[in-house]
Amino acid sequence: MREGEPLIQWEWIARNGDQIIGRLVQHIGLTVIAVGFGLAISLVLALLIYRRRALYGPLSGIAATLYTIPSIALFAILTPITGFGSIVTAEIALISYTLLILLRNIVAGLDGVPPDVREAASAMGYSAWQRLWRVEMPLALPLIIAGVRVATVTTVGLVTVAAVIGQGGLGQLILSGLRSFFTTPTYVGAFLSLALALALDVSLLSLQRMLTPWARVANVAAGPR
Amino acid sequence: MNELLAWLSDPAHWSGSDGIPVRLLEHLQLSGPSVLVAMLIALPVGAFIGHTGRLTLLAVTIANVGRAMPTLALLVILLPFILRAGLGLGFWPTFVPLVLLGVPPILVNTYVGIGQVDRDVREAARGVGLSGWQVLTRVELPLALPAIVAGLRTASVQVIATATLGALVASGGLGRYIIDGIALQEAPRMIVGAVLVAALALAVDRVLAGVERRLAAPSTSLAVERSRMAASNLVK
Repeated sequence: MREGEPLIQWEWIARNGDQIIGRLVQHIGLTVIAVGFGLAISLVLALLIYRRRALYGPLSGIAATLYTIPSIALFAILTPITGFGSIVTAEIALISYTLLILLRNIVAGLDGVPPDVREAASAMGYSAWQRLWRVEMPLALPLIIAGVRVATVTTVGLVTVAAVIGQGGLGQLILSGLRSFFTTPTYVGAFLSLALALALDVSLLSLQRMLTPWARVANVAAGPR
Repeated sequence: MNELLAWLSDPAHWSGSDGIPVRLLEHLQLSGPSVLVAMLIALPVGAFIGHTGRLTLLAVTIANVGRAMPTLALLVILLPFILRAGLGLGFWPTFVPLVLLGVPPILVNTYVGIGQVDRDVREAARGVGLSGWQVLTRVELPLALPAIVAGLRTASVQVIATATLGALVASGGLGRYIIDGIALQEAPRMIVGAVLVAALALAVDRVLAGVERRLAAPSTSLAVERSRMAASNLVK
């Protein structure tokens, strides 16, 4: 940081609008891919667990181990394999981090379906598959979306770290500011990533309210109360 | 792989200020005090909120902001202020954000853990004549202990991970290997740093998980499961 310089130079922001928006879009893209693939993988794993309960321990154990590895370490370990600055390197790590939260919440959601409801659905002639998709999944939706919210917010933060390996959307602004001792891009990157996390959190919350109007009360189990 | 072994067998990488033992020690010297100070802040505040049921909105807000705050962003937002306060590069610009990151998981778990103590138990404690302070220290805190350790575990892993990022703001620790390895395009250095950080985080996680399991009596395992869920819902 240079002496006597304001923390934020507004005219730099005005001049670099395109770059900032480009980084923001990239950040959103990296986040959406990570949460999208993470959700798809977690759904498949949850269905396997639904079929064979004994798999829950080992699978969530693997997910928990991945989650415990610091992001920057995982990025660094993957770099020699999948390349520096490659989106694959970033996404493998980012997707890994979504699995624990998503898997836990999907399984908890499915577990939370009352046995009476399950029996009623079967008694009405639903096949196991129909029951899962038309009755159990919708009832599990509040917890699943709660998981998606946490995974999304987490991912937005982790994407900034991916700047260290040449990806990272808004993280690139943070890093370029740090390297040139110029606080403006650093602050722009940091504030926008925080704002993005909050904005996505709020949008997913309203999506959940819209999709599951019956579950206003049931939103307790997942989020901090 | 051969490169990696060559790097590891070079005695220069095992001694001096950039040697593995020194870097590991630096990492612990950053993380340990951070978690300790976070604990000193979070435990009394969490206990107060859990015991009195007041200021719960504050706890929820701390949890949510802590969850949404990207760790790298916190590090760089605070940096200019720490430099202006004359604390200099190195220890402080990493230490202060680490403390702030460590607070939410411990605070939330303390508050949730105490909040989940059975009402009957609390009333019984009152009934046998314990004062409010005694109820807190002799009944609520012991029962909430597994949950508090779970929060300590989340905080520790998070702090160890973020201490790595401290290398970006010129602090020591194992992150130096990763950041310098990338800058110098020296893959073995980078991988050694990454593996050591990962191993450290996993080891601390396992040890505290063991402590947590030992403390958890069967009756409190539900509370632990719930608080673990609350903890995992905090951002890394």
